[in-house]
Amino acid sequence: MDKKTKIESLTPAERITRALVAVVKYFSLLLASFIAVLPIVSCLLVSFKTDEEYQLTPVMQLPENFLNFDNFRRVWVDGDMGRAFATSFFVVVVVVAFSVLVGSMLAYVLNRFAFPGNKLIRNLFLFATLIPGIAMQVTIYQIMTSLGLVNSLLGYIILQCGTDVISIYIFLQFFENLSVSLDESAILEGCTYFGVFFKILFPLLRPAIVTVMILKGIGVYNEYYSANLYLQDKTRFVTVSTALYTFTGPFGNAYNLICAGVILTLIPMLIIFIFCQNLIYSGLAAGSVKG
Amino acid sequence: MAQTLTAKAPKPKLSFREWISLPRVQKWFVIVTFAIVPLLLLLVFTYIPFGKMIEFSLYDRSYTKIRGFVGLKNYTRIFTRSDYFDAMFLSVYYMGGALIQLALALYFATLLSFKTRAGNLFKGTIFFPYLINGIAIGFIFKFFYTRGFVLDTVLGFLGFNPESLPYWLRDQSINNYSLVATSVWRYMGQNMVMFIGAIMSVDPTLYEAAEIDGANRWKQFLYIILPSIKTIVMLNVILSITGSLSAFEPPYVIMGGGASGTATYFIKMHQTAHIDQRVGTACAMAVVLMIIIIIATILQKLFFRFVLKEGVDDVPERSPKKPRKKLARV
Repeated sequence: MDKKTKIESLTPAERITRALVAVVKYFSLLLASFIAVLPIVSCLLVSFKTDEEYQLTPVMQLPENFLNFDNFRRVWVDGDMGRAFATSFFVVVVVVAFSVLVGSMLAYVLNRFAFPGNKLIRNLFLFATLIPGIAMQVTIYQIMTSLGLVNSLLGYIILQCGTDVISIYIFLQFFENLSVSLDESAILEGCTYFGVFFKILFPLLRPAIVTVMILKGIGVYNEYYSANLYLQDKTRFVTVSTALYTFTGPFGNAYNLICAGVILTLIPMLIIFIFCQNLIYSGLAAGSVKG
Repeated sequence: MAQTLTAKAPKPKLSFREWISLPRVQKWFVIVTFAIVPLLLLLVFTYIPFGKMIEFSLYDRSYTKIRGFVGLKNYTRIFTRSDYFDAMFLSVYYMGGALIQLALALYFATLLSFKTRAGNLFKGTIFFPYLINGIAIGFIFKFFYTRGFVLDTVLGFLGFNPESLPYWLRDQSINNYSLVATSVWRYMGQNMVMFIGAIMSVDPTLYEAAEIDGANRWKQFLYIILPSIKTIVMLNVILSITGSLSAFEPPYVIMGGGASGTATYFIKMHQTAHIDQRVGTACAMAVVLMIIIIIATILQKLFFRFVLKEGVDDVPERSPKKPRKKLARV
């Protein structure tokens, strides 16, 4: 009602500019979405094609049979994707659990106790954000070698747990908003500090925990550089990324198979995205605060 | 004073059980057990590599063999040999791409922050590439750019003659643009989501007031949206400098490790260490990279302090709280 009167009160010229703005707006949004989707959809189309079909028909032609899941089956078996998913899943679960626990515990100590060294620890973590992780890959490799952690799944997991400043920051921020009176009353009732953390505070951290889980989980699932470098023996360990990378070997330029592999790796992300969209968005915003 | 008295008197009689349940001991026990693991990781994976990086950069060495102390020779090598310089120059492409990416992200974030039909769908679609595995993106675009495949077909629909199109990945005059485009495709949505977050944090009554005052969309953008997000935009501009220097996934995956003149600075560093076995030189490269990044960060801080006059006060310094004191003695 209110809106209608508003639009009617516009002059014709204003109405035309409004319409033009809307056209430009939706056209650019549609174009951007098209560009975002096109590479993925073309991949999906090709992954349903049989070998002959792939060789004979133009790439953008629709596949004959949208229910031809043969390529996916072949990739799963020959491309070792089954094992890769199991490994990646295991790594993600362990790393995420570790990061949540360690990050929240450190944040608890830093936020709730004044002790000599508190400021120092905060500054050490702050300064670490200044050092680009990528610059230290060379010396980290040397350290991992001397610790005997190259070519070991444990080594890779430890490395991924590494310095995770962002989750510590997310937890620290969250603790700021948890009232200290919670701790105080629990301690009056005879709770130990461990009890306060695990029984009272940890359950309250749930939103922060979910954020950290999602951000960290996506990062670890998609990680490639270290997986390739530290899990060199591909007969023993493959993650989703390294399994996919080796596709150029057995499958050459058979993009119908390679694309099937690509689509397989997308599925978990797509599912998580559909169900946790808003959590991912807010997590990114929280993670960006530290700068 | 009461504390010292009560603490002193019963001291000799304390059994281990009693001693361990002293609040003071409890507190330190918690601090140590909770902080030891992350501190250890920080030491082993950040500060020790940091120290070693500087040390190694002064030696001629491989991972296992030290061939001698060379002082600053590794650094002069980086700055005098053209191949290192070329690798650094490639970052300019990625920086250019990053600026385009930020401009696009700002544009779409602004559009989507106004009421939009299917706004969430657009937002999600444009954002989704960010979640895709880097290797998968590599394959997607290898396929996308192959002669006669997706891109050529689409351009053919639009009336381009497929024969006259360049080889997107093989042609050295164009392949770096193709690679930068994949990076824009991947990260634009993420920037957009962050900008939308910042725009949404603006008090909505401001828009209503502006609307009533007859401010059009452009004016609303200029006077309400832009000021509210200039901090995060500047932050991303600076991050794009560091990001372009450490860009590595597109050439590494799509070009099989940086062939055809696409090896960026980070790829060059990786090759220097792992293929040429010149760990000293690679570390010197890393130190140079770090110095550039630190300079960029300092510039960013100065910029916030003196040009925007903010950024410092919107992250209030927090002092740790101390809940223990009174209750601990009960």
